[in-house]
Amino acid sequence: MILHLPLAELEVGQHLYWRIGNLNLHGQVFISSWIVIGALLAVVVLGTRRMERDPKGLQNLLEFLWDYIRDLARDQIGEKAYRDWLPFIGTLFLFIFVSNWGGALIPWKLIHLPSGELGAPTADINTTIALALLVSLAYFYAGLSRKGLRYFEYYVEPTPIMLPFKIVEDFTKPLSLSFRLFGNILADELVVAVLAFLVPLVVPLPAMFLGLFTSAIQALIFATLAAYYIGEAVHESHH
Amino acid sequence: MHSWLLLAEAATPKGGLFDLDATLPLMAVQVVLLTFILNALFFRPVGQAVEEREGFISTSRAQAKEKLAQAERLEADLKAQLLEARRQSQSVIVEAEQEVDRLYREALAMAQAEANSQRESSRQQVEAQKQQAFAGLDAQAERLSALIVDRLLAV
Repeated sequence: MILHLPLAELEVGQHLYWRIGNLNLHGQVFISSWIVIGALLAVVVLGTRRMERDPKGLQNLLEFLWDYIRDLARDQIGEKAYRDWLPFIGTLFLFIFVSNWGGALIPWKLIHLPSGELGAPTADINTTIALALLVSLAYFYAGLSRKGLRYFEYYVEPTPIMLPFKIVEDFTKPLSLSFRLFGNILADELVVAVLAFLVPLVVPLPAMFLGLFTSAIQALIFATLAAYYIGEAVHESHH
Repeated sequence: MHSWLLLAEAATPKGGLFDLDATLPLMAVQVVLLTFILNALFFRPVGQAVEEREGFISTSRAQAKEKLAQAERLEADLKAQLLEARRQSQSVIVEAEQEVDRLYREALAMAQAEANSQRESSRQQVEAQKQQAFAGLDAQAERLSALIVDRLLAV
């Protein structure tokens, strides 16, 4: 009896499959990501509808966010190149943050799917790997477009002994980025689900608050690391 | 009820936590699209607004500083003028006081001189009249004594 007690209800690893041609898609990830993106865009559109010099209400919030993201990007990428990458870093941060919090705060259980269940889009490995690969592409593009082939000097600095490690790093960066985010968010959802299943009242609350905290931290970590990698790629070492 | 969500039930894959499929590239495309949309709707306009405000604040700060400097200059100027005026009025007062003093002394000296001369002349007059009176008196006394002598001698 104990063996099939809690996890049977949690539907881990079940997906709502959509088929387009030969391709399989995880429908629940797209549905929840569209809801989350819709909410984000709604806030942005409402907040920037009438921009004033004395900011009020939503505009204030959006300017605070913009300022926060700019500081993050400028600190990590540097004064010269941060403007080009501000939208990318900001989108990563906002998308991950809103996804994580949406996964924790929106009562997804009210919407029943024939298979799988809705949740944070970032709790699906596909999403996090997509984001991490975008970061990899971004820093390669940033380095190559700014320094041309001299970008590859980075692999032999400060000494050529570093070459294998730097090559391995190119693989570990997306791996760690994607699995860190995926693992944290999925684990948070599982902990809350298991606790809620065992003791439906009060007990899951601390785990939920912790989950909100972790969610915010993970969004910040992902955006900061992405900015740091890009900054590393565009950094001009002084000869 | 939700059958529309299941676009195709046939050949449903087994699933699992690490089930990678076309979700990955599509999600990547979606995020890139979101980047462009957010750039147009959020980062550009808000950045513009913030930077415009920063520019506005720095220019009005500079203007205010300039105005303050001007006010300070004017204040110093006025203070100098005030000091000058005070000094002038002081000297005018001193001059007037000296003038009054001088006039007073002159008038006093004149009055004293006049009084002296009048006193002198009246004294001389008195002296002359006294002399005259004494002279008349002497003559009378002489005459009387001569008369007395005559009478006495005539007896």
